[in-house]
Amino acid sequence: MAVLLLGEVTDGTLNMDATAKAVTACKPLGDVTILCCGASCSDAAKEAATIEGVAKVLCAENAVYGHRLAEPVAALMVSLAGDYSHIAAPATTDAKNILPRVAALLDVMVLTDVSGIVDADTFERPIYAGNAIQTVKSGDKTKVFSIRTSAFDLAGTGGSASVESLDAAENPGLSEWIEDKVAESDRPDLTSAGIVVSGGRGVGSEENFAIVEKLADKLGAAVGASRAAVDSGYAPNDWQVGQTGKVVAPDLYIAIGISGAIQHLAGMKDSKIIVAINKDEEAPIFQVADYGLIADLFEAVPELESKL
Amino acid sequence: MKVLVPVKRVIDYNVKVRVKADGSGVDLANVKMSMNPFDEIAVEEAIRMKEKGAVEEVIAVSIGVKQAQETLRTALAMGADRAILVVAADDVHQDIEPLAVAKILKAVAEAEGVGMVLCGKQAIDNDMNATGQMLAALLGWSQATFASKIEIEGEEAKVTREVDGGLQTIKVKMPAIVSVDLRLNEPRYASLPNIMKAKKKPLDEKTPADFGVDVTPRLSVVKTTEPEARKAGVMVGSVDELIAKLKDEAGVI
Repeated sequence: MAVLLLGEVTDGTLNMDATAKAVTACKPLGDVTILCCGASCSDAAKEAATIEGVAKVLCAENAVYGHRLAEPVAALMVSLAGDYSHIAAPATTDAKNILPRVAALLDVMVLTDVSGIVDADTFERPIYAGNAIQTVKSGDKTKVFSIRTSAFDLAGTGGSASVESLDAAENPGLSEWIEDKVAESDRPDLTSAGIVVSGGRGVGSEENFAIVEKLADKLGAAVGASRAAVDSGYAPNDWQVGQTGKVVAPDLYIAIGISGAIQHLAGMKDSKIIVAINKDEEAPIFQVADYGLIADLFEAVPELESKL
Repeated sequence: MKVLVPVKRVIDYNVKVRVKADGSGVDLANVKMSMNPFDEIAVEEAIRMKEKGAVEEVIAVSIGVKQAQETLRTALAMGADRAILVVAADDVHQDIEPLAVAKILKAVAEAEGVGMVLCGKQAIDNDMNATGQMLAALLGWSQATFASKIEIEGEEAKVTREVDGGLQTIKVKMPAIVSVDLRLNEPRYASLPNIMKAKKKPLDEKTPADFGVDVTPRLSVVKTTEPEARKAGVMVGSVDELIAKLKDEAGVI
């Protein structure tokens, strides 16, 4: 058995955290080959080759993969699929975009956000916003799945797999990249940060979100937000934690002015320690919090920030 | 241009989910069911496109149990022109897999000659986030997932997508599949006169066999369990106490 794992490469840079955690998930299934593709990805491929347990790295460096559009990347993966029993990727928005297309082209089902691998055919994944965990057995010849990386440990580095260059596969030419709007930030990445400070509707405005950000910066933390805060325009979409946003599992998660809808809990309830600060003592967030503080966030959060 | 909007009947997003004692799935008997919230956004977008004159007809389609006709009536009351129900299951607990759904949708899209399919990015029951992408693959069409803005410009659509790093804008060739995210629009409520009118709009009933599609599942459920519950925590009385707990007890700061 052999696994083709799509490495997470953005603008030539490997997302080591997501890729190395995905390697840990895939390792028990067989030899792991990482596919790196991008307009420039040889550095990313070299870095991927250092992940312990990787058998080989394939590097498809071509402008057509520059922004990892679904149609060309899926075509590339399908062209390689014959050699593998499993095709996987960390469950990022890129992989969620690409993998179902790969699966349908192979006439197999896809499994998304896999949180546990029981054996070569059997996988666990959360359903209903994490309110249930389902174990499913696939009867398909090739298993295509995305991996919830927060459920797996980071693989070590120190490996030295070989790197092989690949020619580009056929480009269906159906879509074209126009632009990315990416917020520049010195803060740690939300999905891999050790501490996450999140704000909800209770924060009240985009300006007030500075309170949340200040505390995060004091702690060297990433900033998150509930759907309500994002929908209200207090925070950008890429900060959203929850069923349809990012799934995080930091050592410390501080929820500020977040009521704790199940859709939000789905994205953070595997955090090691959860702190909730909310003035509403009935807020459901207190049912999952290790430490709850009933307080006005506009007083408690600046106080917390100043005393740390 | 005709637009096809697939809608799914799912557990209402406010309902507390309970796992069935036999582990076969989640209890859906006598539970409030609604249209998948992402699909509502897709219906709304299609109707707005029609109101702007970019679309001539909005066709809603649902694949599942017979009761999904209620979901389709909701789409018709919002403003869809007609509906197609593909009855593929007798038991409300039987979920039709995205691959089979995509195969049926492909047949419907081809039979109707639609120029675009607008769908929700995921259903809040199985959280699979797959049907739109699979449909695009089967049709050989372009795909733009997780859309927060859609502009149709002749033979192309410009779509802004919500991605991990922020926002990405791409241009896709029509016909296209666009899967919609939360920030695209705020769906309307159907007015009472429109709910009455919807009852008279056409709703065709079909079966997967009409489209030559086999819906036999590829995945079998081994078990379904409740996630481990978190232990109840403690309430602290002050910021100082919180800091002390985080430092001395939890050791996380």
